[in-house]
Formats: sequence, C-alpha cells, structure tokens
Amino acid sequence: MKNKGLIAFVESSNRLYRDEKLNLAADLRDMTKSSLAVTIERGPVDHRMQVFDVPAYDNQTVLDVVSWVQQNADPTLSYRFACRVGMCGSCAMMVNGVPRWTCRTHISKVLDGNKVTIGPLRNLPIIKDLAVDMDPFFDKWVAAEGVHHGGLTRDDPIAAIDETSSEREEANAGIECINCSVCYAACDTVAGNSNYLGPAALQRAWTLLNDSKDEGYAAILEIVSGSGGCHNCHSMGSCTAYCPNELDPMSAIAGLKRETAKSFFKRGR
Amino acid sequence: MSNLRDIKSRAHPLWLAYIIHRLSGLFLALFLPVHFWVLSLAITEPASLDGFLSMTQGTQFKLAEFGLVFGLAVHMFGGLRLMAMEWLPWSGRQKTWAALATAISFFIAALFLMKAI
Repeated sequence: MKNKGLIAFVESSNRLYRDEKLNLAADLRDMTKSSLAVTIERGPVDHRMQVFDVPAYDNQTVLDVVSWVQQNADPTLSYRFACRVGMCGSCAMMVNGVPRWTCRTHISKVLDGNKVTIGPLRNLPIIKDLAVDMDPFFDKWVAAEGVHHGGLTRDDPIAAIDETSSEREEANAGIECINCSVCYAACDTVAGNSNYLGPAALQRAWTLLNDSKDEGYAAILEIVSGSGGCHNCHSMGSCTAYCPNELDPMSAIAGLKRETAKSFFKRGR
Repeated sequence: MSNLRDIKSRAHPLWLAYIIHRLSGLFLALFLPVHFWVLSLAITEPASLDGFLSMTQGTQFKLAEFGLVFGLAVHMFGGLRLMAMEWLPWSGRQKTWAALATAISFFIAALFLMKAI
C-alpha cells in the first residue's frame, strides 16, 4: 500500500516533469518564431556583418525592422528614410541581395526562415552602414538632360496637351518615377561602366523626349546617343523587374535606341 | 552587398535570356574558326577530313551537335527578339518572347538530335 502511493507519486511527478519540458519546448519554439535574425551590413569603415535579434510582429516592413534596430539595439546604425509610404524614394536598400523600397516591403515577403540580410544599395558609394551617397545617381539624372527645356514665356498661352496621343502615352508611362535608385542598383551595366547614365535617368530623358511641352529634343538625343548613353544597355531587364512602381525603364531605353537610330539615318548623326 | 555571391537580383527570366544570348554568342565565335578549319581540310588534307567525319558518327558527337544547334538557334531567336525590341515598337511581353525563343531553339535542337540518332 505504501509502495503504491510512492509509485503514484513518482508517476505524477514524472508526468509533471514531462509536461513542463513540453511547455518549455513550446515556449522556445514561440520565441524563435517571434523573433527575427536580422543581418545588417555595417561599414564602410570597419566593414562587417552584424546580426541582431529583432521581435517579429504581424505587420512589419523591412524599414520597421531597421528602425527597431536603430531605436532599441544600436543607435549608431545609419540609414535613410522620410515618408514611409513609398513616395519619397529615400529608403531603398539591398534586402537579401535584391534592391527594394523598404518602407513598402513586408518583412514576411522576404524572410528566409526567420532570417533576412539588409545592406546598402549596390552601385553607389556607401556613406555609412545603410546610407549611400545618391549624388552620382542625381548627377546623371541632370547629365541625361533630365531638366525642363522650356520654349514659352509666362505671356504665352498654356500649351494644350493631347492626352490620347501616342507620345503622351509614352511620356505618361514613365512619370511616376520616385528616384529611389532601385533600378540603378539592380543594373549590371551600371556596375560595369561608371559612365553609364543608368535606367532612371534615361527613362526621364525618354519621358521628356515625348513631352510636347519640352523643347529639348536635340539636346536629349545628343546626350543619350553619347558614350554613357542608351546604347550601353544590354536589355537585361533588371530595372523593369525590380522597379517598385512597376515602371518599364528597359522599354524606355529601347525607345531611345530607336529614336537615336532614326535620327542617325535621317540626319547622319 | 558588394560581394558578388550576395547579388540575387539576376534571378529573373530576362537576365537569364541575356546571359544565354551572350554565352551562346561567345561559344559560336569560338566554334566557327574551328568549323572553317575542318572544312578547309577538304582541300588541304582530304584523308584526315574523312577520318574526322567518321569520328563524328559517335553518340557524344551527336549530343554535342544538339548543344551546337541549340546554341545557334537560341542565339538567332534571342537576337531577333532583341532586334525587334530595339527597332520596332514591340516593347511589351519580353518575357514571353524570350521564353518562346528558348522553346523554339530547344525544339529545333531536339528535332535535329532525333534525326541524327
């Protein structure tokens, strides 16, 4: 009788122990599930990959993850953002080796298990950590004649725009560019040729070429047919594949190639 | 992400079409001089040409020819796609055209192999 009681006691404590172990395992599972292993590329001084443990939430963008690290784990982490709604084009980074706008990229779309690697945009000089120097990108925008070439004065009537003309449709196709430099970072031609104007600047040139309000046709053709111009493009299509606004710089550049060729056969230049 | 192995942004159909087109072009550029040299044997050394031709009846040669025909066809159709994109206002659906160029090339090469064996 006494033995029976002892056996029952041992059995129940064993059960308790086992249940406790199972609970612990479940807790551990939840813990690993609800935290992300975020690898961030730091640099350029003391270049290294640093791993952070970041709590996971149901609704979390890549930018939220980076912000959490900066606000809770390491305040020295540098990165750039402004609007957080996909309009300003300042938060683009390499996420698992792919350029993305981080404010509109849900972390669940890019997670590999519970891991993600975030680095600065490719093809641009790194200032610090995730912040790159965008100057070369914007300088090329201007170099590709991405400026307004006006022909009218304030005394002239406002030029009428035919929204249904094919030129206007070509122009409209490219005007939603937010200058995020994702296409520039995705492009291998940019990586191989630092003089190449790049997809965004050339798309802007194509937009202006088709804009009836812009009078820069000759100047634009001159620059885009030059050494850093549209004929460098190998039509790899990474710009079009990764443009967050679903624009099509590859086709815009093909348009420039057509236009420069037409001009060559017509005018001999 | 300056590390080459970390760049994953190339994993899309049009980049693959690009690299297939360039590599097949390079391969054909290397192949053609050899091809012409073998043809020149008909004039300079007919006996060694006959020897070479009998060697090409082997299965490995047929398989290599499959690769050759595929390379030639994929370079031609891939080039036609690029020329159409750059010279005609045919910018849309490039992925479909690239896939079609590869499919037709594979079909032609397979047809060639089936005839050869």
